[in-house]
Amino acid sequence: MAVAVQGMGHSVKRKEDPRFLRGKGNYVDDLKLPGMLYMDILRSPYAHANIKGIDASRALAMPGVLAVVTGKDLDAAGLAWMPTLMSDKQMVLPVDRVVYQAQEVAAVIATERYIAADAITQIDVDYEPLTPVVDPIRALDPSSPLVRPDRENKTNHIWHWEAGDKEATDRLFEQAAVVAKEDIYIPRIHVCSIETCGCVASFDRINGKLTIWMTTQAPHAIRTVFSLVSGIPEHKIRVISPDIGGGFGGKVPVYPGYVIATVASLQTGRPVKWIEDRSENLQADSFARDYHITAELAADADGTMKALRVKTVADHGAFDAAANPSKFPAGLFSICTGSYDMQAAHVEVDGVYTNKPPGGVAYRCSFRVTEAVHAVERMVDSLALKLEMDPAELRLKNFIPPEKFPYKSATGWEYDSGNYPAALHKAMERIGYQDLRREQAEKRARGELMGIGISTFTEIVGAGPSHTFDILGIKMFDSCEIRIHPTGSAIVRIGVQTQGQGHETTFAQIAAEELGLPVANITVEHGDTDTAPYGLGTYASRSTPTAGAATAIAARKIREKGKLLAAHLLEASPDDVEWVDHQFQVKGDPSRAKTMADIAFAAYTNHPQGMEAGLEAVDYYDPPNLTFPFGAYICVVDIDRGTGEVKIRRFLAVDDCGNIINPMIVEGQIHGGLTMGMAPALLEEITYDEAGNIRQGTFMDYLLPTAMETPAWETDKTCTPSPHHPFGAKGVGESATVGAPPAIANAVVDALSHLGVTHMDIPIKPWMVYKVLEEHGLAQP
Amino acid sequence: MAQVKVNINGAPYQAEVEPRLLLVHFIREVAGLTGTHVGCDSTSCGACTVLVDGVPSKSCTLLAVQVDGGDLQTVEGLERDGQLHPVQEGFWEEHGLQCGFCTPGMMMTAVALLERNSNPSDDEVRRAISGNLCRCTGYVNIVKAIQYAGAKMRGEPVTGAAESAA
Ligand code: FES
Ligand code: FES
Repeated sequence: MAVAVQGMGHSVKRKEDPRFLRGKGNYVDDLKLPGMLYMDILRSPYAHANIKGIDASRALAMPGVLAVVTGKDLDAAGLAWMPTLMSDKQMVLPVDRVVYQAQEVAAVIATERYIAADAITQIDVDYEPLTPVVDPIRALDPSSPLVRPDRENKTNHIWHWEAGDKEATDRLFEQAAVVAKEDIYIPRIHVCSIETCGCVASFDRINGKLTIWMTTQAPHAIRTVFSLVSGIPEHKIRVISPDIGGGFGGKVPVYPGYVIATVASLQTGRPVKWIEDRSENLQADSFARDYHITAELAADADGTMKALRVKTVADHGAFDAAANPSKFPAGLFSICTGSYDMQAAHVEVDGVYTNKPPGGVAYRCSFRVTEAVHAVERMVDSLALKLEMDPAELRLKNFIPPEKFPYKSATGWEYDSGNYPAALHKAMERIGYQDLRREQAEKRARGELMGIGISTFTEIVGAGPSHTFDILGIKMFDSCEIRIHPTGSAIVRIGVQTQGQGHETTFAQIAAEELGLPVANITVEHGDTDTAPYGLGTYASRSTPTAGAATAIAARKIREKGKLLAAHLLEASPDDVEWVDHQFQVKGDPSRAKTMADIAFAAYTNHPQGMEAGLEAVDYYDPPNLTFPFGAYICVVDIDRGTGEVKIRRFLAVDDCGNIINPMIVEGQIHGGLTMGMAPALLEEITYDEAGNIRQGTFMDYLLPTAMETPAWETDKTCTPSPHHPFGAKGVGESATVGAPPAIANAVVDALSHLGVTHMDIPIKPWMVYKVLEEHGLAQP
Repeated sequence: MAQVKVNINGAPYQAEVEPRLLLVHFIREVAGLTGTHVGCDSTSCGACTVLVDGVPSKSCTLLAVQVDGGDLQTVEGLERDGQLHPVQEGFWEEHGLQCGFCTPGMMMTAVALLERNSNPSDDEVRRAISGNLCRCTGYVNIVKAIQYAGAKMRGEPVTGAAESAA
């Protein structure tokens, strides 16, 4: 009899929830070890200053203070600087200069949290303020002060990177009948997972082993980097990433606090806890976006797109600490031709240092796909305005046709599969696109403002194939190890690390599907480098495309052996045994069958002579290509003429992420992604004043969406499986964050387009809209 | 130092604490109940929400001494006799949580809402949780979870989005 496995396609209730619902999660700050010390960090009030001296004597005299760590102390141990993931280096603590506001200056180690917090106020730092470099364009002027005099190149320019065919692109632009051009700024934003970052570092002097509980999305990579930097052998370092309260990419980098806490534990031989405040998190941890883009789209008079030209200045802050694959300083930005069939494209990006915290990290998309999608989707609408063509019609005219997949893009990517017209047609039908256009025309005639915005994006996820993708030389494979126990239950260990995505459930479903064991009998473990197989971690929507594939393949390896065991039990030739309906059976005879539980028992109790006992397998999966999820989003907005406020009336997301493991979890990912897409479109941005002071340094000014601003998202799907992924999945975690911002921006521009508006930078705030209304006499006082 | 005596989930806790000790640190570190979380330093996120004499309160913005003699409820007190509270059940059934960090505070706010309004509209639910930030879920399923709990508490039949385990 076949077992109820609840494999692929089931909305299985999450296995991780029972502990979270009871307040029994294991987040880093929940950990309390005997003798544990607490660390707090003093931060710079200046964006750019020399440090002429640090006097910690008053702090050190306080009862309960054990140590004050400064850059000079670390320098003596060769640890004042650490490598970033992008072949740059970053200060752990400054020796003589700070380069952004809120940068770590010194750390206090004390017996209690409150004492550490008191003590940092008692450290005297003698600063000599310097002129800060705030504007990345002015930073490129030779007269600009230098952010990084430590580098050989005495310039604020970090690197130049380009993709595509410049000559062909320029030629097409010369011949083009129509060219749309916009300057598009994509603001600096911050992920703000509700749990901030932190760690407990615990060095055991007796066995020389360092254990670090850390809010990290990539525990194995951290272990290797810590070993290389500290010289501690890798088997003497154990990184544990326990329950993580949201990551979104912000927990990929190595922050100075982790390193200082580790040094403090090595020195004291006691566990040291460091948990940052929200303001520290928001002011100093790595930022995303901050792209100054100039984009041009060339087309024939009938709207046939020809070429795309993009120039970008990327503000990376004071250290290039982006978490990109090594060969891609601008991430996967060259995906910017999007869903459209173009003859040529040319993309240039220049990375620039400024006196701001490191940029280029992540906001639920680390590899610059959001920037690319925003640019191209805004340009398509800008072109539609020029051509006086409906933006849906223009998209349908220029989509890469379904029959052209696998499709080689003008910048060199090979899209695995897609059916863009199907997704857009589905979205238009479901939302009633033509009716909405009629309603808009009627309202416009009455002076009311509504807009309809479309985004038909293509994502690029699942990094990545080892021939191109590595981080600091470590190839971007991922892994899974499965052991089946004698009584037919199993443990699945994976190299990726959940931060809310539900891996304990979805990876159990993958294994269940492939092994024919019930989901309930499978435990998934991850995040402990002593037990999990090596992997690069979870970010960039890579878990299902990489470790998910590894899980399926490890299970299939087990099935290979299982087949031999089944043949032995069924007294048949292995060639006559097949895997049908989650069990082994003799070909054409379902009455002669064995379940995986039968096989597991036999593997330990009754295996044939000459065969190894046990039933387990491991797989390190190196994907042959990336996967290319896509979607068609339509947003309807109404504009309040009294306040300029943009109200999202409806937002429909039609997503295609290939075959789905757990529809409920996928929908949840899309809801969350849409909300993190709406946030930078309407609410969130980080800006600095001329002195380099951050203007949105707490949750009072940095506006995360609440339930009040967030609409009731509508979702739907199409399904175009990935042809190269073992079970046809593509990854989905970031699709909505990538796809949503241009749908919203396009809707607002659409609402105002009859007033001559062709572009608005995000976040689109009420005052910006009100100004437009005022200029055209449409504002209601 | 000051004496603080409170009931948390029906159990008495008593300690000699600094007058400046935040209630959330009393709960987490003195009482050892780590289900209540800290997500900000500006009373914005609601991860620290507990019920103080039945009223949802941000425990990061109260001193422990302010609630001396009070009756507190935290996430750890929701389950009764091995039975999940309808709000907990709703969050599980409707996939109202992802990373789980905002969840305890969110659920305490929901419990208080349903106690004073047993049949809220979606808009009333959204208004009630507007002081609780969630970065993962986009709130849609949280609203559904709270509506599920309301229906269950009213004795109406409920079905969630999730399949139960076989
Ligand atoms: S911790 Fe954010 S409101 Fe209390
Ligand atoms: S579930 Fe992660 S913050 Fe709400």
